[in-house]
Amino acid sequence: MAACSVEELLAKAEQEEAEKLKTISVQKELDLDFDVGNLLACDKNRIESRDFKEQKKEDFLRALARDNTQLLINEIWKLPTERVEEAIVAKLPEPATRLPREKPPPKPKPPTKWEQFAKLKGIQKKKKTNMVWDETRVAKNEFNRLKNIARAQKIKTPGVGLLPRTKQSKDELSRAVSVAKTSTASAGRFQDRLPKEKPPKNAGKRRKFEPLIGDFSSEKQKQLELLKVMDSKRPKLDITKAVNKQMREEDREEAASKRKGRKGGAAGRPKGKGGKGKGGRAGGGKAGGGGKRRGKPGKR
Amino acid sequence: MRPLTDEETKAMFEKLSKYIGENIKLLVDRPDGTYCFRLHHDRVYYMSEKILKLATNFSRDKLISVGTCFGKFTKTQKFRLHITALDFLAPYAKGFGVAAKTTQECRRVDPLSIVVFHQADVGEFIRNEDTLT
Repeated sequence: MAACSVEELLAKAEQEEAEKLKTISVQKELDLDFDVGNLLACDKNRIESRDFKEQKKEDFLRALARDNTQLLINEIWKLPTERVEEAIVAKLPEPATRLPREKPPPKPKPPTKWEQFAKLKGIQKKKKTNMVWDETRVAKNEFNRLKNIARAQKIKTPGVGLLPRTKQSKDELSRAVSVAKTSTASAGRFQDRLPKEKPPKNAGKRRKFEPLIGDFSSEKQKQLELLKVMDSKRPKLDITKAVNKQMREEDREEAASKRKGRKGGAAGRPKGKGGKGKGGRAGGGKAGGGGKRRGKPGKR
Repeated sequence: MRPLTDEETKAMFEKLSKYIGENIKLLVDRPDGTYCFRLHHDRVYYMSEKILKLATNFSRDKLISVGTCFGKFTKTQKFRLHITALDFLAPYAKGFGVAAKTTQECRRVDPLSIVVFHQADVGEFIRNEDTLT
């Protein structure tokens, strides 16, 4: 009893399997046309009219649809597959069928004002290419390439002269001129200039200043030294002062002697201080100090 | 701000010596503190070192003035003394006077007329009594 049932079960399983397989394979008179890119299958097989006449046309249609879909899916399974995020995906080919237009074609636009004018004048559209063969550019590229190599390998290169270009800028020319001028034995100090050429503005190096908060005592020393030098250079004798002083002295002498003369009579005027000259008065010129005046001698 | 160069210092001292003569060294070397001259935007400022150290905290464009301005250097590097220096120059001045006549008149006047009034301060007669008479 059990053996029979087992055999029966096996037979049933086989039958079912066969049926399943059967359903996958579909027999058709004519093969379908496939456009897998559009997921399209065209069935050109003849349809018997009697299938439609009977009541079970729904069943017939359903069966037909199922068969054709099965064939299409078979085709899809033939395609190369790839795995995208845990799903096996078939790579569809390009769609073969050309689909008709969705919207009507665009109407021709009326010509613009310029287009009308161009047509009138017969102007053709000339396309300007921005790629122009420029030999000087090629040369410049080469030059820069070599400079880069020199810089990378730390080879010394001479200062810039003129680059081999057709149009030099004023900047470059002036720089080249100044470089040429300075590259003499005396660093360009005795080079003649053209009649209207101006002397270079920042001739020489950048100025360097003392630090802002240097050594205060040394700064003080330097200033005092400078003052000392200035004092020594200044003439010890202030000529005008000396002369003025001398004149005043003489006036005083004359006044004194006049008084004495009136009083005393015939005693010769002591010429005393006339002979000393400027030397003796020298000390007085500088040490005038507090109360001495400068400028025009006013009446006291 | 920067310290003055030698040429600038010389030009300034020349100018100052016209007013205070030798006493510049009393400005340079003071008993009551280290004072210094610094140049900022072509103007010469006189300040004590502690003010200088405080002033270093300001950027050049934000710093307006430090200490007292003595004067400025013109475009052709001539030193022009300003009135703000008066307080420092006054005690050492070689002599003061008030002009009795206008500048034009001073030029045209005969040699014996008075052009400057020396206005003495209170103690001057006593200070200088030996030399005055």
